[in-house]
Amino acid sequence: MAIRALEVEEAAVTPGHVGRGVAAVLRFARRKPLGAAGATVVILMMLTAVLAPVVAPYDPLETHYDAMFAPPGAQHWLGTDSFGRDVLSRLIFGSRTALLVGFGASVIGATAGLIIGTASGYFGGRTDMVVQRILDVFLSFPLIVLALAVVAILGTGTLKVILAILVPMIPRAARVCRSSALAIRETPYVDAARTCGYGHVRIILRHMVPNVIPPYLIVLTAFLGQAILLEASLSYLGLGVQEPTPAWGLMLQGGAAEYAESAPWIPVFPGLAISLAVFAFNLFGDSLRDVLDPKLRTL
Amino acid sequence: MIRTPAIVRSGILLLALLSTLPARAPAAETPVRGGELEFIVPASGFPSMDAHREETYAVIHPLRPFYSLLIKVDPKNPSDPTAFVGDVAESWSKSSDGLTYTFKLRKGVKFHDGTPLTSRDVKASFDKIIFPPAGVVSDRKAMFFMVKAVDAPDPSTVVFRLRFATEAFMPALANPYNWIYEADILARDIHWYETHVMGSGPFKFKEYVAGSHVSGVRNPDYFMPGLPYLDGFRAIFIKQEAPQLAAIRGGRAMVNFRAFPPKAVEELKTAMGDKLAVQESAWNCGLYLAPNHKVKPFDDPRVRRALSLALDRWEGSKALSKVAIVKTVGGLVFPGSPLAAPQAELQTIAGFGTDIQAARTEARRLLREAGVPDGFSFKLHNRAVEQPYKAVGIWVIDQWRQIGLNVEHWVEPTAPFFATLRNGNFQVTMDFNCQAVVNPVLDISKFLSNDRSASNYAQYQDRVVDGLYDEIVHETDQGKLKTRLRQFEKRVLDEQAHYLMTLWWNRIVPYNARLHGWKISPSHYLNQDLANVWLSPE
Amino acid sequence: MRRYLVKRFLLMFPTLLGVAVFVFVLIRLLPGDVVQLRMAGEGGFVSEEAMQQERERLGLDRPIWRQFADWMSGLARLDLGVSMWTGRPVTYEIGIRFQLSLQIAIMATIIAIALALPLGTIAALYQDRWPDYAVRVFSIAGLAMPSFWLGILILLGFLIAFHWTPPMVYVPFWVDPWRNLSQLVWPALATGYRYSAVATRMTRSAVLEVLREDYIRTARAKGIRRKLILTRHALKNAMLPVVTVIGLEFAFLIGGLVVTEQVFNLNGLGKLFVDAVTQYDYTLVQGLVLLVAFVFILSNFAVDLLYAWLDPRIRYR
Repeated sequence: MAIRALEVEEAAVTPGHVGRGVAAVLRFARRKPLGAAGATVVILMMLTAVLAPVVAPYDPLETHYDAMFAPPGAQHWLGTDSFGRDVLSRLIFGSRTALLVGFGASVIGATAGLIIGTASGYFGGRTDMVVQRILDVFLSFPLIVLALAVVAILGTGTLKVILAILVPMIPRAARVCRSSALAIRETPYVDAARTCGYGHVRIILRHMVPNVIPPYLIVLTAFLGQAILLEASLSYLGLGVQEPTPAWGLMLQGGAAEYAESAPWIPVFPGLAISLAVFAFNLFGDSLRDVLDPKLRTL
Repeated sequence: MIRTPAIVRSGILLLALLSTLPARAPAAETPVRGGELEFIVPASGFPSMDAHREETYAVIHPLRPFYSLLIKVDPKNPSDPTAFVGDVAESWSKSSDGLTYTFKLRKGVKFHDGTPLTSRDVKASFDKIIFPPAGVVSDRKAMFFMVKAVDAPDPSTVVFRLRFATEAFMPALANPYNWIYEADILARDIHWYETHVMGSGPFKFKEYVAGSHVSGVRNPDYFMPGLPYLDGFRAIFIKQEAPQLAAIRGGRAMVNFRAFPPKAVEELKTAMGDKLAVQESAWNCGLYLAPNHKVKPFDDPRVRRALSLALDRWEGSKALSKVAIVKTVGGLVFPGSPLAAPQAELQTIAGFGTDIQAARTEARRLLREAGVPDGFSFKLHNRAVEQPYKAVGIWVIDQWRQIGLNVEHWVEPTAPFFATLRNGNFQVTMDFNCQAVVNPVLDISKFLSNDRSASNYAQYQDRVVDGLYDEIVHETDQGKLKTRLRQFEKRVLDEQAHYLMTLWWNRIVPYNARLHGWKISPSHYLNQDLANVWLSPE
Repeated sequence: MRRYLVKRFLLMFPTLLGVAVFVFVLIRLLPGDVVQLRMAGEGGFVSEEAMQQERERLGLDRPIWRQFADWMSGLARLDLGVSMWTGRPVTYEIGIRFQLSLQIAIMATIIAIALALPLGTIAALYQDRWPDYAVRVFSIAGLAMPSFWLGILILLGFLIAFHWTPPMVYVPFWVDPWRNLSQLVWPALATGYRYSAVATRMTRSAVLEVLREDYIRTARAKGIRRKLILTRHALKNAMLPVVTVIGLEFAFLIGGLVVTEQVFNLNGLGKLFVDAVTQYDYTLVQGLVLLVAFVFILSNFAVDLLYAWLDPRIRYR
């Protein structure tokens, strides 16, 4: 991988330089309209999640036995489900679960992967080989298989689902960060730092990690979308988030098959919500990668 | 809540009972020979092929047509829980003291490999079920605790000698898992039937692809003349509901013999119009709540009674039967059985009254008296299956909210759900009681003290209940039996509220209208040998 | 070169061993019991001694190290043991489903390549103009939709529009090719569309990078036509990362299509895996995981081989 350290530093938004930050954001929006659109959707989603109790018209757990399967109308904008629970409110509160699971799993997973991968790349030699083998072992399980196993051991529920999803993400993030770290290791910076007598931790944190941030960010945004999808799949199988927590995947499980024609608002809206969220995260991540380094192809 | 007048209540009960009859009175059509029936088994497969050791319907639906029973429910009237006809048995008689049952076997019955079926085979099969040798598992051994011995005095006679007279024996015998195996094969290798098929039923085994399907062809030497009508069948394993519905709509399969939820049935009706027929029946499955007697405050009968009083079963039945596979309000005895409580008596049990306001006021009073504060919070443990567990669970929590209880729904997938039931780490849990044959006497054995009943998860011991049960088992007079059953119900559901009854399940089976000759019964395990089923031409 | 390849080949074994140990430990951490589930799972009354007998028969009461030793010695003889749920050999249970999963994997990969290569190239050639946006939106849409949702929509679409469903029972391709394809092409499309997304982006960035290289500029300056440049130089060098991605993704198609198989009711390895895990069928899970891991490691090795052949620079690492 060519050394683009200097250019990468310029493109990245360095903290503390607010003016430069704002200018960079505007530049980004102009160059990458798709990515900006994605980012806008993401921000809207986050706002909805935070302000959920304010925005949602009803309590998502409240049943209305007199209004079961109500089609979208004035009382319930997106209709009600089999217990008369308002679909819109459940979607809004569901965004909380989606973002919690999405961010929780991907941030922790990607960061753990970053540390492991960078350290492994830095130390090299025997350590690197052993870590590589261990990572290979984890990587040879498909995402959902490993997630299933974790859920089966630990049980179901939001927290355990986050754990189940982040476990398979760690080796993938580690692998990506490791290849970047390996490249940085070859540079004169690191050797120079060693001869100056700097300790391992300082070198890793100060020199290697900042250069591994671009692939890390890209991996992170990719994981965000995947985490939401994985949660939906686990819930569809009945092994994810459980009732009565409103979650988009769970809403699909309860209603997908039977209501597709008689009450289509029950499966369609959660499916759209999931697709939109993942779509936005991916658009944003895609454009981010283009900006940071179009040559990055380790994914 | 408005007081429902008596006439309306009777009308509701009448409707409920009527719904146990088949929805379409079958026309006197002539059966047509020929055709292959393709149907869905809503499971991903079965563990072994030996019905004696399994309990899942995934073994019955695809494999039952290959075998015969000794006696079975009447295929022309399977809803009647007391009507049995002989399968390989031609006739039977009971001794006057009720201790000896003698069965005469039909002549000319043969296994599919040509071996004649005699009393030796019947005895060997039932010995395996009732007195399994070491290393052999028999899932229904406990059901035959009244049998002392099985004899085969001559090739066409089988005699069952009982320890005591009881009404529980005949229904146990008609259980659809009691397949007749070949004595010679059992003698050679008692585990052979776990991985092979050799029966005497209306169809011969053709093919089994694990996880995919089972297929069979007509047995030309079947002992019932003229049967079966079908040339063959194919049982396809489809676990998820979406592809099941798609298969029926697209004509790839005719029926799913278990049941569909009400909304799915509606959707099929809208899509297929008069190409679809529907049969409905009360289901021999009850959904219960088990408060853990070892956990405070559920050790106090007042608290348990309060939990039961809060549930408005009559209104709940109306709402839930639209979205879930539950419907009938009943006690511990299957509502379609002649031994069940008539409505007037049912309403005297706590929680089954029609004045829900009074019931809930009483519930609150009991809670205060027992020292349970307003807003008390606990977890309802439930199974992560939509129908009917989660659906009813959500309703129950809503009902308890109305007496000031703040209940959380704790849902677990099937395997951990059972593990929790067994180790007792819960406060209140959902529980169920599903039995293949309607056997009111045996079916209530679940509610015995937990040192006598392995499936009593509420962790209680009540010698009064045990005593009543022992009397019931030995009682042969119908009138006295009913009285004792009412006492049993009152003790379990009302006075001590050991178990709380919610609703009985409701079975709705939609099928392609070309399918004839199949009648619905109170359990999805019954009447599945497909001998009487025929297809009309397209 | 040979030393490099031999080294990679030898590294396969410790990885496989690691997988074996890991899955053995992992599944025994599951808090459940196959015997309890099987015999009393639907509420039957079975005594504790009967269940204990079954446990002994399955070898579950032996000490852990003994169970592990038995399994490892079985592995050495290529005997994966017997399924604890059905009693049939694990190789039989897997073998029945392997055909179907393999066929879908191959079909999905072909569809993914057929979509990714042309679309990715177009996107690269028209970078930041509307064809690029169109391709990227199209491919990301494939990634964004939950696969089971897409599957249900496809099934419904056919039902409503044509009153038709795909066949529900699998027949091998050589027995009845038409029926086989009419069942498998839809899940292959749904899956292939999804996997093409990653490959499309990969192709796009690879072609972009190559187009910037000096030798392309030289070729253009020499007056060589665009098409020739593309096929002879750009695509060949773009193949490298694309091959990596496809090779790795292929391994995940075996046994990873858990939800798609549920929706289309396919008797494949993904469905088998979910059932085995939920039924606590230790031996079957171990066998399945080992198979999937083996396929993955083999794919890795094959990709390494291909890499070494395509790019001489790597051989001397």
